[in-house]
Amino acid sequence: MSEFVAARPRGPLTARRLAIVLGACVALAIVVALIAPLLGIVLERGGWRFDVMGPGALDAASPDHAIFMVRVPRVLGALLVGGALAGAGCALQALLRNPLAEPFTLGISSGSALAAVLAIRFGVEGAFGSLGVGGAALVGAAATLFVVYKFGQIDRRLPPATLVLAGVTVSMFCSSASVLVQYTSDFSEVTHMLQWMIGGLDSVRLVVVGYGAIPILGGCAVLVWYARDLNALAAGPEVAASLGVAVERTQRVVFVVASLLVGTAIALVGPIGFVGLIVPHALRGMLGPDHRLLMPASIFGGGILLVVCDTLARTIVPMHHLPTGAVTAVLGGPFFVGILLRQKRNAAMWARA
Amino acid sequence: MWLELTGATVALGARDVLSDISATVAAGELVVIVGPNGAGKSTLLRALAGLIAPRAGTIRWWGKDPARTERRAIARDLAYLPQSYELAFPFGVEEVVLLGRYAHQRGLGLASDADRAAARDAMEACDVADLAARRFDELSGGEARRVIVAQALCQGAKCLLLDEPTTGLDPIHARHVFEMLRTQCAAGSSAIVVTHDLDLALRFGGAMWLIAGGTLAARGTPEAVLAADATRAAFGLGIHVGVLPDGEKFAVPAS
Repeated sequence: MSEFVAARPRGPLTARRLAIVLGACVALAIVVALIAPLLGIVLERGGWRFDVMGPGALDAASPDHAIFMVRVPRVLGALLVGGALAGAGCALQALLRNPLAEPFTLGISSGSALAAVLAIRFGVEGAFGSLGVGGAALVGAAATLFVVYKFGQIDRRLPPATLVLAGVTVSMFCSSASVLVQYTSDFSEVTHMLQWMIGGLDSVRLVVVGYGAIPILGGCAVLVWYARDLNALAAGPEVAASLGVAVERTQRVVFVVASLLVGTAIALVGPIGFVGLIVPHALRGMLGPDHRLLMPASIFGGGILLVVCDTLARTIVPMHHLPTGAVTAVLGGPFFVGILLRQKRNAAMWARA
Repeated sequence: MWLELTGATVALGARDVLSDISATVAAGELVVIVGPNGAGKSTLLRALAGLIAPRAGTIRWWGKDPARTERRAIARDLAYLPQSYELAFPFGVEEVVLLGRYAHQRGLGLASDADRAAARDAMEACDVADLAARRFDELSGGEARRVIVAQALCQGAKCLLLDEPTTGLDPIHARHVFEMLRTQCAAGSSAIVVTHDLDLALRFGGAMWLIAGGTLAARGTPEAVLAADATRAAFGLGIHVGVLPDGEKFAVPAS
């Protein structure tokens, strides 16, 4: 048995199947993007009122303003960020051949948050604005991924267990370091840091979505382009090389692009957990493991899931906005345990690792 | 000559696993490599596939160094089957075989009719056509091995480098693999096969290389190599070659 769940084989991927699945993804994304901004209306004192929150939106007098200036950017941001996280998760799972690989479990989110916390503590925000904190988060994500990779590596191999161990270790170190930094900060800094570390889309504005769109769309396109190489890498680096894959280039490009996607996502909205884990696994179970289909489907699926989670976070408790990151984590935690339990039954995994 | 090995010394880390190997392989040749466990057979095959560069000496396929040739180009000429093959994702059997077409495809690489035909031929040649709709990770060890041989065959390479292709196969299918290789070689391909099945090596091998203690200890016809003193020294036991009533030869260890 493989460590990954997947649908029954349906024979090799055809252009028709690819078109049907991607068409469904696009249609679903459009439907969700059209409906989500309309939700969040609450009945109050006999009339409809739009439940608008977030800095800069409280003075929104008209529903139009709420929808177009606040919710539409938020939905677009969620589509991009969810797509980036799920695409990166799918790529990292394939590259590292590890079912637990995900920005959160690899420690990237904590490392990125630590960098953001440091940036806030040392006044980067004052000097460069929120882009400075975002930039720090991006650098932090890339640096953490590199460190975890190097830690987890034994000779030139990356055994799944050591890699996750390295990820957890780095993650704990970064979380503790973040706490220590918070301890030395003043109250307003701490509030700001906590906002960062929970992750949410409250502050996403159209201009920010614009900044994020370029690296995220570009990065996702690169991952889809490398889908066939990721398929071959499922058989291990040596087999992939003898099949004709430029293995080292593929590993380098996919790793850099995955870090860029995760870093950009975190820079935009802070660490949002488990989207990168849940989406590729669930879709692999439905569509099979072929990355030419799975990668684009994961990117769309991640975007759609995050829009749904964010809309839930916004609307589930009337008049209160829950942090989006908390909603995805509440969904993702049990899912992660489920994967672990499945692997525990499959004792071979531990023997092989 | 297709392959020329000249004084090749191959190191893994700081240790020389193979030293000073010189040999050649011509078109249509079926070379079997035998030797005790840990002698360096698999390392030799990996070096021949261009996956490890020799520390000294040269390996040349059609005059080119496989470790320094673009992988896509070399994959059309050389297919390599490792001793252990672990697939991370639960692909279907036909998808696994079609991975062999990687070097022939562009872009997203959706299987063309030619790809599908090549996969079908390879699956039939390896007697796995009836497994096509199964999931690879649910096959038995021997079935999975045959599927991987089909993947290598589907690559359409001039030379097959196979590391113990018959491990885990029942005797009939093991023999079938060597018959398939003989057919391939008769059609102009060549194959270099590491095996512990001395019987099949004797019957089907055109040339036999004995790897022992990191050197090419003997080289020649299978019968000559199995009878050589070097073989007795390598295994610590002689190999007896006999003839069955129907004229077929067999090999068994004998003290």
